[in-house]
Amino acid sequence: MGVQKLPLAKAINESLRTALDTDPKVLIMGEDVGKLGGVFRVTDGLQKDFGEDRVIDTPLAESGIVGTAIGLALRGYRPVVEIQFDGFVFPAYDQIVTQLAKMHARALGKIKMPVVIRIPYGGGIGAVEHHSESPEALFAHVAGLKVVSPSNSSDAYWMMQQAIQSDDPVIFFEPKRRYWDKSEVDTESIPAPLHKARVAREGTDLTLVAYGPMVKVCLEAAAAAAEEGKSLEVVDLRSMSPIDFDAVQASVEKTRRLVVVHEAPVFLGTGAEIAARITERCFYHLEAPVLRVGGFHAPYPPARLEEEYLPGLDRVLDTVDRSLAY
Amino acid sequence: MTVESTAARTPRRSTTSGGKRASAKKAAPKKSTEPQLVQLLTPEGKRVKNAEYDSYVAGITADDLRALYRDMVLTRRFDAEATSLQRQGELGLWASLLGQEAAQIGSGRATRDDDYVFPTYREHGVAWCRGVDPTNLLGMFRGVNNGGWDPNSNNFHLYTIVIGSQTLHATGYAMGVAKDGADSAVIAYFGDGASSQGDVAEAFTFSAVYNAPVVFFCQNNQWAISEPTEKQTRVPLYQRAQGFGFPGVRVDGNDVLAVLAVTKWALERARSGEGPALIEAFTYRMGAHTTSDDPTKYRNDDEREAWEAKDPILRLRTYLESEGHADEGFFAELDAESEALGKRVREVVRAMPDPDLMAIFENAYADGHALVDEERAQFAAYQASFADEGGK
Repeated sequence: MGVQKLPLAKAINESLRTALDTDPKVLIMGEDVGKLGGVFRVTDGLQKDFGEDRVIDTPLAESGIVGTAIGLALRGYRPVVEIQFDGFVFPAYDQIVTQLAKMHARALGKIKMPVVIRIPYGGGIGAVEHHSESPEALFAHVAGLKVVSPSNSSDAYWMMQQAIQSDDPVIFFEPKRRYWDKSEVDTESIPAPLHKARVAREGTDLTLVAYGPMVKVCLEAAAAAAEEGKSLEVVDLRSMSPIDFDAVQASVEKTRRLVVVHEAPVFLGTGAEIAARITERCFYHLEAPVLRVGGFHAPYPPARLEEEYLPGLDRVLDTVDRSLAY
Repeated sequence: MTVESTAARTPRRSTTSGGKRASAKKAAPKKSTEPQLVQLLTPEGKRVKNAEYDSYVAGITADDLRALYRDMVLTRRFDAEATSLQRQGELGLWASLLGQEAAQIGSGRATRDDDYVFPTYREHGVAWCRGVDPTNLLGMFRGVNNGGWDPNSNNFHLYTIVIGSQTLHATGYAMGVAKDGADSAVIAYFGDGASSQGDVAEAFTFSAVYNAPVVFFCQNNQWAISEPTEKQTRVPLYQRAQGFGFPGVRVDGNDVLAVLAVTKWALERARSGEGPALIEAFTYRMGAHTTSDDPTKYRNDDEREAWEAKDPILRLRTYLESEGHADEGFFAELDAESEALGKRVREVVRAMPDPDLMAIFENAYADGHALVDEERAQFAAYQASFADEGGK
């Protein structure tokens, strides 16, 4: 395919196509993933080209989808399952937490669980309840799982390739409101390791850490801050389990200030973990406490309020100012 | 293959009492909530004919019958030893299978080597049939591991403690078997309590929709800890299958011959592409739910005594003796073998070492994880700090 500008959803589609093409053990499973191509068309055309035996429309039962994927993995398959929306993953949470995450350890390493669970997540598309949530911390908290989220098309393509190749279960959070954002994908490049963070923009005064849908917001915030003479570094975390603390530490040792941004509620979230770790690692480098911007400890609001609820440019910059004021 | 074609070709056992299919084919739904069980050996040890299932045990020899008897006796002996070991503090917990030997040995011996078994945490008899060393089963109950055997070496999956989860794993595995074009079958064990779990209903749905070669083997032992089956269902459990589009049959779970025959029937139809089936093995949990349970709080002795009269081992012994298939020498030899097994289990368990401390971090991930590496190093350094003080 070479170098191409693709929407993020199409990059994932291409990645799934490559995986189906190169490994006969790869399966796609989920609700409406067949003829419809998924509600976001991420699996568009795959069933037509690879057949119903490999691109499988499932009954509407999330626990069943993940539970049978576990069985297929035991049989030697590499299932890539789609959970239609973030808020629908919870019927499968039991299978993910009590079975999928622990199986390798319980078998003393004798069996592997190469299952990818794709979850379109986050808000910003004006959806109804249960369609806009960011539950990544609930998965990152579970040993045995790996949790990642791409912010751009190139990462979407390559991180999906790497997730499918992983012998561990990977929860793959797809930033649904960025599905239509186009950026360059080079299918012949050599990708960075799956769990390495990436410096998306260099700066000297403060570090913004974000992932998935919030990377774009942080880059915009950094551009706006630059006009005011502030130099913000943006680190795209890419992986929430494991977290590349070395990359965050390197950035903070340079900028001495850190703000973590995510859509998920800040309470006990990814930002809380980063704040604790970075405070421990960089205590003498920090000029200000690590601050967080994110969701509130309240249910995700109705769509008419989500523009205010979601961390935007102004809330990020407001927190940047608070940090710089120390 | 579609579900419709399967339904058309298979006997609708859900609406008939096994053995009376021809006459009951167009009958109204059964009035009784205690339908007749498929039974080949009565509790008194009499062989009764069964037109539908006799053929599945037609070739059975005296040697085979003695082998089934031996399996049940040794399983019960192992189980009793494990209960004793728990009482002596060698195991933290034990889930006894006492009373369910026929259900487990009959079904376990119906499987082929290439079939795959998904157990609960009580399938010690099935494990025995699969060739899993019984002492391997004790690791998790002693607290030295959370599983402890390679599921693929005997096609016997790890014990699953969360109720009903394994029925979905079995279904997925069976979907894989079908994709591979293999003629193996899969059997999923669960209990009457598990029948209430959503995962079991989802497993029924998925297996029916994909026509997966899986047999659902429900041991209805009448009690889910303290809750009787009436707290789980208003219909006999085997009848649930009908609503999902595959046959269900209730078998006398204390009749090893009937269980063997019915399970063979179900596995063979799964292998030949006819999809899932549900077997309800009607049996009784003679002991407590686990060694932590106290059944005197919720059930009376009368019930237990009634079931004692249907003991699975006793009835086969009566049959073996009445047919002249086993002599005193056989039983004496088996007694000695039982005692030797008990002794071996005792010795192995008592010598079972605690795991290495660093095993905490082992196998959390297959491909490694930076945080686990960091925490392992920190914990190792912490432990090593005691060495300087002459500690561990």
